[in-house]
Amino acid sequence: MPLIQEIDYGTPVPATGKTVSLTIDGFPVTVPVGTSVMAAAMTMGTAIPKLCATDSLEAFGSCRLCLVEIEGRRGTPASCTMPAEEGMIVHTQTQRLADLRRGVMELYISDHPLDCLTCSANGDCELQDMAGAVGLRDVRYGYAGESHLDAPTDTSNPYFTFEDSKCIVCSRCVRACEEVQGTFALTIEGRGFDARVSPGGLDFFGSECVSCGACVQACPTAALNENSVIALGQPEHSVVTTCAYCGVGCSFKAEMKGNTVVRMVPYKHGMANEGHSCVKGRFAWGYATHGDRITKPMIREAITDPWREVSWEEALEYAASEFKRIQAKYGRDAIGGITSSRCTNEETFLVQKLVRAGFGNNNVDTCARVCHSPTGYGLKTTLGTSAGTQDFASVDEADVIVVIGANPTDGHPVFASRMKRRLREGAGLVVVDPRRIDLVNSPHVKADYHLPLKPGTNVAMINAIAHVIVTEGLVDEAYVRERCDLGDFDSWARFIADERHSPEAVEEMTGVPAPDVRGAARLYATGGNAAIYYGLGVTEHSQGSTMVMGMANLAMATGNIGKPGAGVNPLRGQNNVQGSCDMGSFPHEFSGYRHVSDDATRQMFEAFWDVSLQSEPGLRIPNMLDEAVEGTFKGLYIQGEDIAQSDPDTQHVTAGLRAMECVVVQDIFLNETAKYAHVFLPGSSFLEKDGTFTNAERRINRVRKVMPPLGGMADWEVTIAFSNALGFPMNYSHPGEIMDEIARLTPTFAGVSYEKLDQLGSIQWPCNEAAPLGTPMMHVDRFVRGKGKFMITEFVPTEERTGPRFPLILTTGRILSQYNVGAQTRRTQNTRWHEEDVLEIHPFDAESRGIRDGDLVSLESRSGDIALRASISERMQPGVVYTTFHHAKTGANVITTDYSDWATNCPEYKVTAVQVRRTNRPSDWQARFFEEDQALKRISARVDAAD
Amino acid sequence: MIGPDRWNRARGCQIIAGYASLDGAALPILHALQEEFGYIHEEAATLVAQALNLSQAEVHGIITFYHDFRRAPPGRHVLKLCRAEACQAMNGARLAEALLQTLGIEWGETTPDGALTVEGVHCLGLCACAPSVLYDGKPLGRVDQEVLGTIVQQARGA
Repeated sequence: MPLIQEIDYGTPVPATGKTVSLTIDGFPVTVPVGTSVMAAAMTMGTAIPKLCATDSLEAFGSCRLCLVEIEGRRGTPASCTMPAEEGMIVHTQTQRLADLRRGVMELYISDHPLDCLTCSANGDCELQDMAGAVGLRDVRYGYAGESHLDAPTDTSNPYFTFEDSKCIVCSRCVRACEEVQGTFALTIEGRGFDARVSPGGLDFFGSECVSCGACVQACPTAALNENSVIALGQPEHSVVTTCAYCGVGCSFKAEMKGNTVVRMVPYKHGMANEGHSCVKGRFAWGYATHGDRITKPMIREAITDPWREVSWEEALEYAASEFKRIQAKYGRDAIGGITSSRCTNEETFLVQKLVRAGFGNNNVDTCARVCHSPTGYGLKTTLGTSAGTQDFASVDEADVIVVIGANPTDGHPVFASRMKRRLREGAGLVVVDPRRIDLVNSPHVKADYHLPLKPGTNVAMINAIAHVIVTEGLVDEAYVRERCDLGDFDSWARFIADERHSPEAVEEMTGVPAPDVRGAARLYATGGNAAIYYGLGVTEHSQGSTMVMGMANLAMATGNIGKPGAGVNPLRGQNNVQGSCDMGSFPHEFSGYRHVSDDATRQMFEAFWDVSLQSEPGLRIPNMLDEAVEGTFKGLYIQGEDIAQSDPDTQHVTAGLRAMECVVVQDIFLNETAKYAHVFLPGSSFLEKDGTFTNAERRINRVRKVMPPLGGMADWEVTIAFSNALGFPMNYSHPGEIMDEIARLTPTFAGVSYEKLDQLGSIQWPCNEAAPLGTPMMHVDRFVRGKGKFMITEFVPTEERTGPRFPLILTTGRILSQYNVGAQTRRTQNTRWHEEDVLEIHPFDAESRGIRDGDLVSLESRSGDIALRASISERMQPGVVYTTFHHAKTGANVITTDYSDWATNCPEYKVTAVQVRRTNRPSDWQARFFEEDQALKRISARVDAAD
Repeated sequence: MIGPDRWNRARGCQIIAGYASLDGAALPILHALQEEFGYIHEEAATLVAQALNLSQAEVHGIITFYHDFRRAPPGRHVLKLCRAEACQAMNGARLAEALLQTLGIEWGETTPDGALTVEGVHCLGLCACAPSVLYDGKPLGRVDQEVLGTIVQQARGA
C-alpha cells in the first residue's frame, strides 16, 4: 500500500442531517449545515490554501491564506471560519486572492529558514506545499531583518524535537493540546513579533506535556517533528494496523521504509481513536526490534541449566514429547495452557483449541482471570453479555459520567481525552476512587463529587448510592417495569432500601461523608444520560463480581442501559483482553461465552474438530499453580503472558512453576516466567503478524503485518506447529482462515470475516444475520438475556484486614508512560518518565514513620516484603499507600495476597494490609531476584552453524 | 540585580481565594498579586492555575501576553516612560535613551542598587502634556532631563 494521505478538510465536517447547497468555482455542492466553506470546497476536491487549519481542530482564522471571495459580500473572508450558506457563490481562485496569498506567504517566508533540502520535513511540509501552491518566487522583504532563525531547538523530549526557528506560530499545536488531548500544556508566549509557542515557559520534557503526539501530528512544518523521521527520513508506504497496548485499540498507520517502521501515526478513520494517540502507541514501539528480543528457540532440561539454542523442529519436538510423557505418567489433566491478551483473537482461539482438542482437557485460562473476569461474570448474569454496553463515541452524549476504580488519563489516555472533551462541554462527573486521580481536578476538568472510599468498600458504596436512588424515589419505574424482571427488582429494592445500606450507615466503613454520596447518587439518577466507566479498581477485589452486578443494578434502576450516553462500560486493560475472553480462553467456556457443559455447543465443536471434548470445566490459573505445588499438575504452555510478574503472590507462582516438569514459554522476551521454563519459543510482536484485536467496546480491529517475524514464525504459526508435533493436526495458511472457523463456531461472530473487516474498517460484535454491520450499542430494545436481572449485592468485606502489624492498605495501579509488567515500555524511552516503581504515601503516614520523600522504604505484607522508594503525595488518603507493578525488580506482587473474587478468582490486587518502614537495603526476595535473574537466564554460547 | 523579594505564599493564596469565584478571575488575581508583591512569583502562577482549574501553560500565556505583568521583583521604585507617538514627538525617546544610558540599564531592568526599575509604556493618556511618565503610580507631565534627574535622586535617596 503506498503512503496513505488522508484528506484534510481543514475544519471538522459536522454530522447534521440538514444540508445547504452553494456554488464554489462554478460547481454546485451540497454539504451539512455548519460546514465551513473550506471543508465544503474540499468535499468536491478543491483544496483552498491553508496553514492554521486542519480538520481535527476547530477553525481559527489566523493564517489569512484561505481567503475567498463571495459574491455580494465585501472583502475576502477566511473560508475556514465562514460557514457555507444556502445559495452562496464562492470563488477560491481570483487574481486578487492570488496577490493576497502571495503577500502573506512572503511574510511567513521572510522569517523562515530556507533549508528545505536538508530539512527533516522535506516532503511532508505544508508550508513548502503552500509556497508552491501560491507560486511564491521572491520575498520582497529580504531576510536581513529581525527574525527567529536563531531560536533555540528543544530536544528534551525523547521522541520529538521542537525546532522553534521553523515555527510559524499557527497555534495548531496549542489547539491540538487543548482540543484533542485536553492537557493544555502549550501556550503562545508573549505577543506580536515576540509570540512563540511554549510549553509554559519550560522545556517539553519538564512541562505538563504528556507526549501524546497530537502537537506533532498537527504541526504543518518541521517545527515539531518525530525524532525517528529526523533520523530516518520520510516513509514510503503505510500499513493500517492496531496498537498493541491498552484496550482502547487505537488504529495507526505504520509508516514504513521497507520493513523498518519510521513512525506510527494515528489513523483518522480508526473508529476507536479517530486520529488521536498516546505516548505509548504513538512513540513507544521500539521494543519490537529491541536487542533483547529472543529470536531462536531454546530448550533446557532443568531450569538451573543454561538455555541451549536449537532449531524450531527440535524445540517443538522436545516440548511435544515432554507433554506426552507427562500425560502418560500423570494423566490427561496434568497439563494446560494459558492464552494471551496481548496476542490476536486467532492466536488465542488456536491455543484454547490446542488445549481442549489437542491436550484433551479444559485446562485453559487467560490473564483476564486477573483483571476483568468479574466483568464477564457480573454483566453476563445481570444483562446477558460479558462485555461493555456502549461504543466510545457514546460518551459524547453522556450528561453525567461516573468513573469508578479507573484512572483513564493514565490507563486509557485516548479515551480519556474524549471523555475530557465531553466534561469540558459541561457533563457532570463523579469519581469513586481512593486516590485523587487526575480527573478529580486537572486543567478544565473538575469532579462534582469525589468519593475517596477506603479500598475494599466498593460494594458498600454502590449499595449506598442505590439506597439513595430507591428510597428517594429516583428509580425509573417505567423502564424497570418494561425491561427488567420485576420479581428480582422487588427483592433487590427491599434489600437495598434497608437502613443498613444508607450512606449514613456505611459512612464509617467507607470513610466518605454521607452528603457527598447522596449528592452523587442524585446527580447520577437525575442528571440526564448517565454513564458508568470502570476499571480494575472495581474487579480486582474479593467482591469484584458483586460490584460489577451492583453497577448493573444501578444502571438498570435508572434506565441507563440501551441508549446513547449511558451504559456500564469496563475500560479493559490489555489490547485484546476482550478478545481473549470472547475466544473461549476460560476453562468453563467455549468462544462466545458458552459453557462447556452445554451439550449442543460442545457437540458442534466436537463435530467440527473431530474429537471428543470434556464437559467439565478445567483448571483456572490459581488452581493450576496450587495443583503444581501439590504435585499433580506438571506441564504448562504459556503464550505471551508473564504470570511470574503479573500474578499475585509471586512466591506462590514461582513455587508452582518450579514444581512443573515442562514449562513452555512463548514470548518475545526472556520474561520472568521464562526463568522457570524448559522450552522457549520465540514470539512475534504485533508488527510481525496478521490477525485481529477486540477492544473494550467489542470492536474487532485488524492487525496487519508490516515486517516478517523476527524468529521466523508468527505466534499462530508456532501454535500450529506445536499442535502438529503433538499429533493433533492443524492446518491454516492465513489467520483469515482461523477467523472463518471462529465465525462458523461462534454465533456472535457469525458475520465476521477479513473481507468484511477490510470493507468496514472494524466491526463491533455481535455481528450476525440480525446485525450484519455489527452492534455499536447493546441491549437497545431488550436485554440480551431477555429481562434485566437485579442481583442482591450483599457487602461481604475482604478477609484481608489491617491490624497492628499491618496497619496500612496497599492498592496498586499503573501510570501513563508504562504498560502492565513493563516488558514493552521498559524497553523504550518511556522509562525517562518512570524509571522505577515508587510507593506513594500520604504526608501524615510518612511523617509518623520518619519517612522523607525519596527514602528507601520496606513494604511488608503477610505474603512478603520488598524495598522501594517513597514518594510523599497528597493524592493519597491517610492509611492507604499505592504503587505500580511495572518493574520486575520491584516485585510489587511479592506483597499481594492469595485472596480473590468469590465468583471468578480474580485476585484482590487492590487491597493488601501492609506496614511501611525505612530501610537501607533491598529485601531478601529482591536480593534473591538479582541473583536468580543472572542464574536462570543464562544462554550458552550460540552455535549458529548448527541451524 | 533585582529588588527585594516580597513574595509570601500564604498571603498569595489569600489573594487568589478572594477573587477565585469571579468569572474570568485570572486577570483580577494577577493584578492583585502584582499590586501586593510587585511581581508575579513563579509559585503564584502555579497556585493561580490550580485555583482556576487552568494549566500552568495557560497562566504563563496570560502573564507573558501583558507587558505590564512582571516575573521578577522590581526595584524599590518604578518609573514608566511613555514611548507612544505624542511623547516621542516631544523628545521623549531621546530623554529615555539618555536616562537609560546614565543608569546603565535597558528597558525593563533595575538599577544595580535596586533603587529604580525603568519600564516603557505605550500611552498614559497624557498626550497633551507630553512627554509624560508614571513614577510609582503618580503621573507626571512635561518631564525633562531635570525632572528625571530629580526622580532618580529621590529614588536613590529614599
